[in-house]
Amino acid sequence: MQDNLSIEWLPTASLENLRLRARVLAAIRAFFSERGVLEVETPILSSTTVTDPHLHSFTTCYTGPGAPQGRPLCLQTSPEFAMKRLLAAGSGPIYQLGKVFRNEEAGRRHNPEFTLLEWYRPEFDLAALMSEVETLVGLLIGAPQAERLSYADAFARHAGINPHAATVAELKYCALIQNISEPPGLDDGDRDGWLDLLLTHVVEPQLGVGRPVFIFDYPPTQAALARVRPGNPAVAERFELYINGIELANGYHELGDAGEQRRRFDVDRAKRRAAGLPDILPDERLLAALQHGLPDCCGVALGVDRLLMIAVKAQTIDEVMAFPVCRV
Amino acid sequence: MATYSTNEFKSGLKIMMDNDPCSILENEFVKPGKGQAFSRVKFRNLKTGRVIERTFKSGDTVEAADVVDVEMQYLYSDGQHWHFMVPETFEQIAADAPAVEDTVKWLKEQDVCVITLWNGVPLSVMPPNTVTLKVVDTDPGLRGDTSGGGTKPATLETGAVVRVPLFVEIGDLLKVNTRTGEYLSRAKA
Repeated sequence: MQDNLSIEWLPTASLENLRLRARVLAAIRAFFSERGVLEVETPILSSTTVTDPHLHSFTTCYTGPGAPQGRPLCLQTSPEFAMKRLLAAGSGPIYQLGKVFRNEEAGRRHNPEFTLLEWYRPEFDLAALMSEVETLVGLLIGAPQAERLSYADAFARHAGINPHAATVAELKYCALIQNISEPPGLDDGDRDGWLDLLLTHVVEPQLGVGRPVFIFDYPPTQAALARVRPGNPAVAERFELYINGIELANGYHELGDAGEQRRRFDVDRAKRRAAGLPDILPDERLLAALQHGLPDCCGVALGVDRLLMIAVKAQTIDEVMAFPVCRV
Repeated sequence: MATYSTNEFKSGLKIMMDNDPCSILENEFVKPGKGQAFSRVKFRNLKTGRVIERTFKSGDTVEAADVVDVEMQYLYSDGQHWHFMVPETFEQIAADAPAVEDTVKWLKEQDVCVITLWNGVPLSVMPPNTVTLKVVDTDPGLRGDTSGGGTKPATLETGAVVRVPLFVEIGDLLKVNTRTGEYLSRAKA
């Protein structure tokens, strides 16, 4: 350990990359300032958090005036709930640039804390928001115009399967012929898990190679906080941006229906219970804000560290972060 | 039974896969922003040497393999087994032909090797990075030619055949890199 300290105090990112980070943050602020989008700051600590069974929040405890026995608080995985409360309060278009925290995530493209740019556009539809994302990313890293490809077309093109209609047996067979081993713990009832296996192992590596691509119209079971558009098949009004196989941004036509939001919290909580994960209480303040009325809006979150990775062709997120989790 | 979770996966970790001991080469964490996290693992089957790729759901566990590396001195071969000893304890162990298959041509008595044991049984033997071996056969040397311009095959005392400079003669002691099978230099007797 003593030996390693001689290098472990050093940043993993080059100073050149850290200067680029500073320029990118300044350019993001200038972009939104010019467009009349208000910068906001919402709390990193919150009494409750996202219910998504695939997201794991850090928790801590506040003890002090008002909380003599200690009050558990979660670190945000994204500022979404608080920003929606501002939107419902009439903020108009807003953005936030800040740190978010996700437990159980570390790897070449993941660090348990990272910098997220999140913004909301009342009256924008998804197409308008995709265009704005495209303009911003073009400005920041010179990315060419993006292709638009539905989730179904992406799977048809790269995995040769219809993700809306395929049975779990068909998804398994697709993985088999792509030489992807069957994860022992992935059970047959978890259709989205099998879709995620094909997405991460087969489809994603081919997305946005050559030029960026927006994937849109997700399965309604993967709507998260997006509206679902009825139809055959019904699809979630959600998009993701990929560049060079890297997932960069995730956008929604935001769900504004308080009743539907509560139902989704309950579905997530049932899944958490089944998976033996800790229960998470619904954010009642968010639900009250939705009840009051969220303006029809679209929102998107963009990973700033990954944007920098793409800009400098980094192999790991450590190359663009001063001190990733292995150096703290 | 010891197990490892995917959070413990790293290069060099020994796990059981399909009833064989394996060593992890690479572990990649993949996860869609809104979706299932996976560990995508490449590992080498320590019995067959084959490299295999597998995917696990994050948090799943696999059985640990009781595999350890031990430094041992090579003693002798009786033709069927190759005998090694831990110098400090004099504990002896016999490796069979499959375990020494890739190594036997570099094994010289007294040399210290790394033996990989699985449940106490030798799986493989790693010779020292460089060994010094005597030339037992090669074409006559070209006296005075030390330029190293050409090479010729030379058979060493263990049976290994390496390319050597033209000036090397029968009876010379040579330093050889066992990882690449390349001649390094002549050694002093």
